[in-house]
Amino acid sequence: MNSITINKNISPGIEFKDNSVLRKFKNRLFKFIIILLSIITISPIVLILSKLIIKGFRQINIDFFTQVAPDTFEAMTAIASGDIIPGGIANGITGTFLIVIIASVIAIPIGIITGVYLYENPGKRYANLIRNLSDILQGVPSIVLGIIGYLWVVINVTNGFSALAGSVALAIMMLPLIVRSTEETMKMVPENIKEAAAALGVPYHKIIIRVMIPSSFSGLLTGILLAISRVLGETAPLLLTTLGSSFINLDVSKPTSAVPLLIWNFYNDPNMINLIWSSSLFLIGLVLALNIIAKRIIANREK
Amino acid sequence: MNSERITKRVLFTVSLFILIISTGILASLIKGAMPAFKEYGLNFIISPDWNPTEGRESYGALPFIFGTVVSSVLALILCIPLASSTSLFIAEYYKKTKVASILKTMVDLLAGVPSIVYGLWGFYVLRPVIVSLGLSDQGFGIFTSAIILAIMIIPYATSLSNEVIAMVPNELKEAAYSLGATRLEVIFRVIIPNAKSGIVASYILALGRALGETMAVTMLIGNANVIPKNIFSTGNTMASLIANQFGEAEGLKLSSLIAIALLLFAITAVVNASGKFIINKLS
Repeated sequence: MNSITINKNISPGIEFKDNSVLRKFKNRLFKFIIILLSIITISPIVLILSKLIIKGFRQINIDFFTQVAPDTFEAMTAIASGDIIPGGIANGITGTFLIVIIASVIAIPIGIITGVYLYENPGKRYANLIRNLSDILQGVPSIVLGIIGYLWVVINVTNGFSALAGSVALAIMMLPLIVRSTEETMKMVPENIKEAAAALGVPYHKIIIRVMIPSSFSGLLTGILLAISRVLGETAPLLLTTLGSSFINLDVSKPTSAVPLLIWNFYNDPNMINLIWSSSLFLIGLVLALNIIAKRIIANREK
Repeated sequence: MNSERITKRVLFTVSLFILIISTGILASLIKGAMPAFKEYGLNFIISPDWNPTEGRESYGALPFIFGTVVSSVLALILCIPLASSTSLFIAEYYKKTKVASILKTMVDLLAGVPSIVYGLWGFYVLRPVIVSLGLSDQGFGIFTSAIILAIMIIPYATSLSNEVIAMVPNELKEAAYSLGATRLEVIFRVIIPNAKSGIVASYILALGRALGETMAVTMLIGNANVIPKNIFSTGNTMASLIANQFGEAEGLKLSSLIAIALLLFAITAVVNASGKFIINKLS
């Protein structure tokens, strides 16, 4: 501090204030606030998961996976006699798998091929247009895609609510995610592998199928898994397209249930409230498992 | 024709799907919205009435545009202190430490929670808290949904911010430290000015997410088809209205709901495009 007092004498017009104590205090206070707010940020996920586990665990048993959802009368009698609600969510589980598998069958090939196209033609104006459009598609609210599924498939193709309509809506949600992740992973494939193949006279389509896709396989898989986990919990578009069903249905042209739709039904029926926690626990477990697998693949690749 | 040209043709043809789907969505929404816009003209956007009673039908989008914008902006305001603190924690204070990666994983988990589960949690856990604080009678309303939306968009707000904050060159920070700056001063004078546009872009994209959220909002906003009086009163958003009323809709009502979907599509597209525009300028 001594040298500073000299400074003060040199420039008489400027008054020097030693505020280092205040500055250090502010610095420590700010760090404290950052840590506090960070803890607040992660507390919801802890609270949500613990709530689901505590309240949902009791309902999960063999029946939960093999029986269809009970009707409101069955639930009411069970509650009245103090039992746990009978039945399960088998119609939702099979429906979710059906809808998501069809959506994947639509979205994965188109997404990967479009991603390869964007990678192969980076600077073209048309490619930029496709890239921007896929960014816009990624931001379209899921409920709007539900309406699209309704207008395109429910009205014109299946003449009624159907699993296919839900799959189309979910496929449009998955498509931009797969396109962009394919392009990004392709960029990471070393150029010289491709050149080596080309130098050996390997035809263009074989370079893509035999070189590009295998060497970026883990990246493609990660993108696909994340895209699936993103649509797995979607409720809003299914409400407008697949409607729901109280039976196990594997016909894509018929109304079909799904786990999120069942949660919505349980939520709206006072007798079924106990089932919402176990169904939510199952759904969130499925989504998080896919996420964790995808993150593992990324982590392994970066090693 | 040789195989290389066939392959290129195939790649190009498949890439057309994106173009067809995008224009198809826009065309279908415009076509479906036509009857409503023909009936009401641009009054559809500024009319505050939504009355599906037969004989006195009248549809206007204003309460829902208002509810959507207010709840999303409020969510963003609530989200910013939380998301920016988390980003600084992960990308600055505890950069590359175990605790930062745990925090990051937990924030990522937030993105994996389905909207309907957020809704349930909001209904059974958050709503009673709002009631006991005396903020509103039933606990439903703009404020309750904004809190849930804020939690939902945190992962979207932080992921890009983390990257741009971590990318601020060490030389700049070291230069400031060597001049005697405290960490707080380095954050506000060096890191934030350098990472500003990336941080802004990530918040814009997070806002885009909030605008289109449906289920959690439907379960918490109270679904009152009027312009909310204050942030604690009930209201409705565009997405939530569609989810509620699409089931039994036909004729003019159906067309009005599709018109609302078109407006929602336009709003989110503009918000997302401006976010992407800033990101593209960055790289």
